[in-house]
Amino acid sequence: MTKKATVEELKTIGKSVLTDIKNVDIPKLVIPMRSTSNLVFDKNNSCYVLGNKTLIRSGGNIRHIKKLAQFLKVAAFCKDLVKGEKRHVTKRELYYISESWGPNLKFNEQPESDDIIEDIEASLSKPSEDIKIIPNPKGAIYGNITLRFKNPKGETMVINCLNTADGQQIGPRTAEAEFVKTDADKVIAIETGGMYNRLIEENAHEKFNAILINLGGQASRSTRRIIKRLNEELKLPVYLFVDSDPFGMHIAMVIKSGSAKSAHINKRLATPPAQWLGVTASDIIQYKLKTDKMRDLDIKRIKELQNDPRYKNNKRLQKELTIWLKLGKKAEQQALLKYGFKFVVEKYLPEKFRELKAPGFR
Amino acid sequence: MNEEKNAEYFAKQQKEISVSEFFEKNKHLLGFDNPTKALLMIVKEGVDNSLDACEEAGILPNIEVKLKNIKNNIFRVSVKDNGPGIVKNQIPKIFGKLLYGSKFHRLRQSRGQQGIGISAAVLYAQLTTGNPIKIWSRTSKKSKVHYFELFIDSTKNEPEVVKEESIEIKKFPAGHGTLIELDVSGRYRKSQGVKEYLKETAIANPFAKIVFHAPDGEKMVFSRSVDRLPKQPKEINPHPHGIELGVLIRMLKNTKAKTVASFLKNEFSSVGTKSANEICKLAKIKKTLSPKKFTRADVENLLRGMQQVNVQRPPLDCLSPIGSKELKKSLEKHYPDAETIVTLTREPSVYRGNPFQIEVGIVYGVGKKESQIKIMRFANRVPLLYQAGAGAVVEAVKNIGWKRYGLQQSGNNLPTGPMVLVVHMASSWVPFISESKEAISTYPDIIKEIKLAVQTCARDLKIFINKKQKAKREEKRLHIFENYFPLILESASQLAEEEPNDLKAPMELLLKKIGKKIGEENDKKSNS
Repeated sequence: MTKKATVEELKTIGKSVLTDIKNVDIPKLVIPMRSTSNLVFDKNNSCYVLGNKTLIRSGGNIRHIKKLAQFLKVAAFCKDLVKGEKRHVTKRELYYISESWGPNLKFNEQPESDDIIEDIEASLSKPSEDIKIIPNPKGAIYGNITLRFKNPKGETMVINCLNTADGQQIGPRTAEAEFVKTDADKVIAIETGGMYNRLIEENAHEKFNAILINLGGQASRSTRRIIKRLNEELKLPVYLFVDSDPFGMHIAMVIKSGSAKSAHINKRLATPPAQWLGVTASDIIQYKLKTDKMRDLDIKRIKELQNDPRYKNNKRLQKELTIWLKLGKKAEQQALLKYGFKFVVEKYLPEKFRELKAPGFR
Repeated sequence: MNEEKNAEYFAKQQKEISVSEFFEKNKHLLGFDNPTKALLMIVKEGVDNSLDACEEAGILPNIEVKLKNIKNNIFRVSVKDNGPGIVKNQIPKIFGKLLYGSKFHRLRQSRGQQGIGISAAVLYAQLTTGNPIKIWSRTSKKSKVHYFELFIDSTKNEPEVVKEESIEIKKFPAGHGTLIELDVSGRYRKSQGVKEYLKETAIANPFAKIVFHAPDGEKMVFSRSVDRLPKQPKEINPHPHGIELGVLIRMLKNTKAKTVASFLKNEFSSVGTKSANEICKLAKIKKTLSPKKFTRADVENLLRGMQQVNVQRPPLDCLSPIGSKELKKSLEKHYPDAETIVTLTREPSVYRGNPFQIEVGIVYGVGKKESQIKIMRFANRVPLLYQAGAGAVVEAVKNIGWKRYGLQQSGNNLPTGPMVLVVHMASSWVPFISESKEAISTYPDIIKEIKLAVQTCARDLKIFINKKQKAKREEKRLHIFENYFPLILESASQLAEEEPNDLKAPMELLLKKIGKKIGEENDKKSNS
């Protein structure tokens, strides 16, 4: 259904341009503006969304005409991808594919093609994955969940994520795979690959009845998408387990509220109910964790977070930010290892789950 | 070398001759410093004489120049005109006597001021080849052609006629004219010298037709672009501010005036009784003093008085410029591919008591874009081909900020661009940097006038360049639209899954609409 709708929406754009030409009107596109001046904070979803401002790409403007032509070319290209159902294309690939479009349409640098993709996303209010443009696959999912998807040959495949070695990589097909069955009651998203592997080896998924997700640093959009779907479709609470520093917290917050850069599709990616589990600033004190000194950049980031409308009313966060600032120190997830391999699953996580009233710990 | 051998031979034979010896030793001063230039000087003297003769007689000049390479570095130079011809008994004096003629003593705009005289050419010919000059001249259809072969007897500075006869010969279709033939040592170069000189002469004398037969068989015809002769320049007396000591001494010696006051009144311009008395007062000389009784100190005092006195500027109607319209026509003829031509004749002005007038022509769109502009200098319609980097013209051009006028310029160098700049100075007395008379002295008054004239033309040029750039910009913009519209149509059709068959015509209309819009935007931009 989404697929057909996407194709129709793309066709409509093409038709409007043809109609303009037919009427000897200068063809133009109206696109939601993506600049910061058009960012609006959506209190209900507590994330940034685009406001009502639009920009016009006019065929009568010398500075617009190239982008207009490229927009239409990329849109037509993507429409064929959607209809073909077989292929996904990374942004980098699209940039190179454009080499074959001739000197007037090809992109000279990748930011140019990225920009057009974002314009199309904004026009459709859909993430680029819907038009088969994907980020580099990053992140993995592990645990007792069964997924159903079609492979590029069009064959239906079913897989349980426990039947993988290190988890199922989250690419375009995984992100949109159908959830067939799971007995998990929560999702733990982990910042570093090291801690993700630790939890698998310490059998955390069984112990906490959880699905484990490796974010691999800042989460890719596919990863954010699957987290949102797990939360929305399966009603699983999501716990964000990151480093104890403002950047770790920011990683958590992007999953929760979306990023400014993807404001035009935040509604499709953000998981507002997700909860920041830690490692918190208080944890540093409580567990006497090994720390590093904060850099100027960290301090600056904390001050930004203190004033961010998304976090202003979150008392727990604000308290932690103040503690960090007072400490001037930060710590990594792995610092918990000072108490041995099992400490995380036997002591640290259970305490957190109790604190956050997680399923099975109420 | 033949030239040296002959010169030495002559020197040995005639140890006492001052004129020939002077000439031999000072060849470079007179412009004979290398074989290429020597050949040019011979042609130049012949052509200048022909132009002068035709102009004075009110005849539109037809001039034919032939160069024939008779052996190695020996050339036979012939110059034929349709002038009034020369009276039989004048011919030997004109060609066989150095410093003969009226030009030297008078003050008026003339070509001859810059040359060495045709007789010097005769002397050069006999020094380098030993051959006499041959002259054919006819004054009217009724008379026969006078034919002369003559040398210069350099001891006496008198003509030595070798052959003289009156003959029936069909050399002058107009019934009158003069033909001279000289054998000289020299070198012909295609790219510079004679050819360039004749071309530039034709530019500055658009009323003349000049035909050139080059030694390599090439024939060039510079046809008339104007069918009217310029008005004849008037002679004027020197102005008290423009006089030099030597000239003043000579004038005092030759004058018939009885008193210094009448000498001043009669032989200088802008001096009346009142001014004459004023000069005497300033010089502390009795106004009744006879010019014959002047001591050296008296002359110096008089000169100072003349320089200090406040008198009117000299009369300015003694000048005969090419004319702005005529120069333009001429340049249009010589540069048919030029994109634009701007010309200007300034009002006459005065430097050091000498009237002068500056004319400028700008030819744009010829030559290489990335090389320096070509400057063509003229003094009293005569091209100045040497010392291109020196003098008032180059000085003035370098001191103009050319970027303002749409040309490239680095520092105070000559600007670069596809342009020829013509500068003509007409004056009763053109001041030259040196005796070879190839660059105009850098007097501030002259530089100022040149600068003003060039800048005025450059402003018109700028307007043209702006328009051109505007048109280019519009074309470039429209071209972008023309490139993209088919692509937009193609992608939109692919996107909409519709055939674009019937959209060709609306698209043409659309492009026209946009072209119009671009023009309007451009106008707005250049108006604001």
